[in-house]
Amino acid sequence: MLDSSRQSNRLPAAPGVGYKPQHYDQILDHAHPVGWLEIHAENYMGDGGRPLAQLRHLSEKFPISVHGVGLSIGGEGPLDPDHLARLKHLVGWLNPASFSEHLAWSTHDSHFLNDLLPLPYTDETLERICAHIDQVQETVGRQMLLENPSSYLAFEESSWSEPDFLREIARRTGCGLLLDVNNVFVSATNLDFSPQSYIDAYPLNNVHEIHLGGHDEDEDDHGRPLLIDSHGREVVDPVWALLDYVLDRSGPKPVLIEWDTDVPDWSVLRAEADRAQAALDRIPA
Amino acid sequence: MSVSQTTFRAALLDPSAAVPDGLWDAAERPAGRRFSVYRNNVAVSLTEAMHQAFPVITQLLGSQNMDGLAGLFLRKHPPSSPLMMFYGEEFPEFLAGMEQLSHLGYLADVARLELALRRSYHSADSQAAPPDALAIPPEEIVLAKLEFAPSLKVLRSDWPLFSIWRFNSEDGAPKPAPGSEDILITRPEFDPAPHLLPKGGADWIAHIQAGLTIGEAFEHTSAEFPEFDLGATLALLLQGGAITSVSIERLAT
Ligand SMILES: [Fe+2]
Repeated sequence: MLDSSRQSNRLPAAPGVGYKPQHYDQILDHAHPVGWLEIHAENYMGDGGRPLAQLRHLSEKFPISVHGVGLSIGGEGPLDPDHLARLKHLVGWLNPASFSEHLAWSTHDSHFLNDLLPLPYTDETLERICAHIDQVQETVGRQMLLENPSSYLAFEESSWSEPDFLREIARRTGCGLLLDVNNVFVSATNLDFSPQSYIDAYPLNNVHEIHLGGHDEDEDDHGRPLLIDSHGREVVDPVWALLDYVLDRSGPKPVLIEWDTDVPDWSVLRAEADRAQAALDRIPA
Repeated sequence: MSVSQTTFRAALLDPSAAVPDGLWDAAERPAGRRFSVYRNNVAVSLTEAMHQAFPVITQLLGSQNMDGLAGLFLRKHPPSSPLMMFYGEEFPEFLAGMEQLSHLGYLADVARLELALRRSYHSADSQAAPPDALAIPPEEIVLAKLEFAPSLKVLRSDWPLFSIWRFNSEDGAPKPAPGSEDILITRPEFDPAPHLLPKGGADWIAHIQAGLTIGEAFEHTSAEFPEFDLGATLALLLQGGAITSVSIERLAT
């Protein structure tokens, strides 16, 4: 359990965007680009060169959120000590405003599968994840945020609801939560539950960051909608509406636009961030 | 019914395998296509990573052939670490072992070059020695030892590797002629670039890296390559900012 003095989340309750190197010049040329930037930790674990030089420079001008995609917190095996050391190093020199990872697994028997894979919500998984998060927070020396996944299927063996599962993890480990509102919408559609009742059950007090992103639409074997979390387009209107629903209950939070595939021009991404600003402006201070 | 990650992974990487039992939709029907979303994510993201990592191989083989090769490769060699920037270490050897590609013997070397360029891109930064660091009398130059930037990489090839590279990445570059070419990669600031090394240059650099003086390395190299051009090799290194220190141990007088 992390002691609360090491929470140190310093992201402003403003819109941020996932940083893409093709936007480097525009971000720096713009007088008021965005409130903060998020980077994928693994892209900044080389020894040097342009990625690290850009990051160093950006971090002098913007709060940075380090978002890991490769730690495999939910893995059945032990955490990769080399990867943990690399995270500690990055978080150590960068001293980011926030550090987050996913409720998922991606590595098994030292094979990295480059996707966020789903977990059964059982007592056994809970124990394992809490032990891993304890280890991460101890090693890295600060609080981490844990993000809810987008789900395409359910596990027969699950005995916890996702909001209860996340609440219990946060209670046991002292970690914070990163609420991906698009992921809630995608999972709710795919697994046939109400996104509003998910939010009602979700521990909003523990949320230190919100994610928004675009998804694709497909169908399952029975012609039912199957939404896919692709981060390759604009956030859809029902997800913006769900963001309003969250913010009405949570108060202002840092809101990130994720756009990772078919990355658009800066102006398109910036317009999404403006829309997030409008959502934040709507709520009474 | 519980689904272990061993079971899950095996079904992920084998498209012909059955979807594991114990995964279902909201109406408790077997997951079916829903599982394919993960299969697809893994295959598509790793295939995409291979295209990005090996653009010249992709161009040489065509995008569709590269998709097919990447599909075979990623199942045989899934990434061994989450650092996707270094994915594909085993690709040159994999290409060399492909019977159907044996008529394109140089492919493996092109892949090695693309890997080396990526490693150079992510290498530690370093400060180049000042341009006049070697502006010293010849009798002192031969006594000098050099240190190189971590971003310096050398590739030896039995193929005209540099010409093949240029032909496939530069408009109007001449067609490669038969022969063998060694390559020096330097990274003046952030962008690594390949250069054709003079014959013997790769050996001379290896001798310097082993701690010999410029003079000793030259003697060893020109014993095997009488035509070795030390001046041209030094010029490539200096222009590329690849020499980080020059130290001269003067003889005791
Ligand atoms: Fe997210």
